[in-house]
Amino acid sequence: MKFPIYLDYHATTPVDPEVLQTMIPYFTEIFGNAASRNHEFGWTAEAAVEKARQQIAHFIGAHEKEIIFTSGATESNNLALMGVAEMYQEKGKHIITSPIEHKSILDTCHFLEKKGFSITYLKVDSYGQVSPESVRNAMTPQTILVSIMAANNEIGTINSIGEIGKVCKERSVLFHTDAVQAVGKIPLNVESMGVDLLSLTAHKIYGPKGIAALYVRRRNPRVRLTPLIYGGGHERGMRSGTLNVPGIVGMGKAVELAQKEMSEEVPRIQRLRDRLWEKIQENLDEVYLNGHPTDRLPNNLNVSFAYVEGESLMMGMKELAVSSGSACTSASLEPSYVLKHIGVGEDLAHTSIRFGLGRFTTQEEIDFAAEKVVCIVKKLRELSPLYEMVKEGVDLKTVSWAAH
Amino acid sequence: MAYTTKVIDHYENPRNVGSLDKTSASVGTGLVGAPECGDVMKLQVEIDEKTHLIKDAKFKTFGCGSAIASSSLATEWLKGKTIEQALAIKNTDIVQELSLPPIKIHCSVLAEDAIKAAISDYLKKSKEIKTA
Repeated sequence: MKFPIYLDYHATTPVDPEVLQTMIPYFTEIFGNAASRNHEFGWTAEAAVEKARQQIAHFIGAHEKEIIFTSGATESNNLALMGVAEMYQEKGKHIITSPIEHKSILDTCHFLEKKGFSITYLKVDSYGQVSPESVRNAMTPQTILVSIMAANNEIGTINSIGEIGKVCKERSVLFHTDAVQAVGKIPLNVESMGVDLLSLTAHKIYGPKGIAALYVRRRNPRVRLTPLIYGGGHERGMRSGTLNVPGIVGMGKAVELAQKEMSEEVPRIQRLRDRLWEKIQENLDEVYLNGHPTDRLPNNLNVSFAYVEGESLMMGMKELAVSSGSACTSASLEPSYVLKHIGVGEDLAHTSIRFGLGRFTTQEEIDFAAEKVVCIVKKLRELSPLYEMVKEGVDLKTVSWAAH
Repeated sequence: MAYTTKVIDHYENPRNVGSLDKTSASVGTGLVGAPECGDVMKLQVEIDEKTHLIKDAKFKTFGCGSAIASSSLATEWLKGKTIEQALAIKNTDIVQELSLPPIKIHCSVLAEDAIKAAISDYLKKSKEIKTA
């Protein structure tokens, strides 16, 4: 086993060696600008870009002309929201989203609020799901866009995208989904799910960083976007800028591999994830799963280890690269807003750890991780005044804490 | 976050973990912080009736590595001190000893509060005994 063990696949993934091999020639030999229409160099680069575009489109049931390349999912999300807002503002200035979206959605929404748009942040349930009914109820004649993530990056909860898509179709409101975490983990089809815009990125699926895409529906309805970046009119005028050919080729290959591997990889990772959770539950009391028990990403496990603070937990298991919803691990000193919105108390939010499994995770690593976590939680509970008090029969809710 | 070796040492080998009999007249208990804030420290001191020196100190802490280290260090420093000397321990002394970064200063503040709370609990108890 190699240490530390990487269990943070929601944050990013290593580039698959096969992806890297495919990319390499595009840095040196096939270096042309895909927009050079007058020579061999440009044509070869363009052909490679178009192949990748087809691979990506095919993967989500789209047409290749509907794929716009961007620099990252943050840009894709920004472009979807700002592009629609700017283009359709005459029609209305109301957007519906959820409070547990990625910051690249939420921050863009806050910006749009300052620009005079009104944003509805739908309540999510205790698993982090948005009900299609609440989307319908929030719609007004001014609603121009609904943006709901396919799967949450912290707790792994999967939304009923198809159902929400149906509601949006009924009302002819555009529907965007941030599918960054869902791609390669659950089947996605923009037609059957009624999605008009979809963000996806390469580095979460064993492709390179710095390249992502936005699916933009071309028919029924034709979605138009005001660009964020102006210039040479690349990407149907929606995103100017010289194309990142090696990145695009890598993303295409990553998608191809994801598609090929999914049917084997997903059950394998899910088995390992379940194994980890079982081992934790067998050996520790007062551990709580955050997120949905079944409608969740196969590679995600988010657990609160009551009475043990997340950062101290991570410090005790340096052999594991995981992340925590604890305040101490964030620059803002605020615990996870996702956990807050699904009703996890701040006391438990501080004790949460996110395990993200991936393509290269082995059973040996999971067994080691489980043992390590159990051992360190037990050690820190020996150190925890809260655990001691609970064992003495004290109800922590009745204690008057001196907040600081 | 990169920790200093002193913080890691206290975290990995915490000194004086445990509990003293909180009902004893010679023991003062301080419980500070809140679970919602992500740190709670329980710090206890036992005072020798004859010498009036702190003869034992114990702690338990729910919190990050710096919080654990701050309280562990505090118990180390408390042993053998008079009440006046204990009350003179400042959070900045802890910051300096452990080289805590600015974002972790509140951990040292909490440790100072815990010392003061434990001593004041002891003083309250001994006053009650005298008046009784």
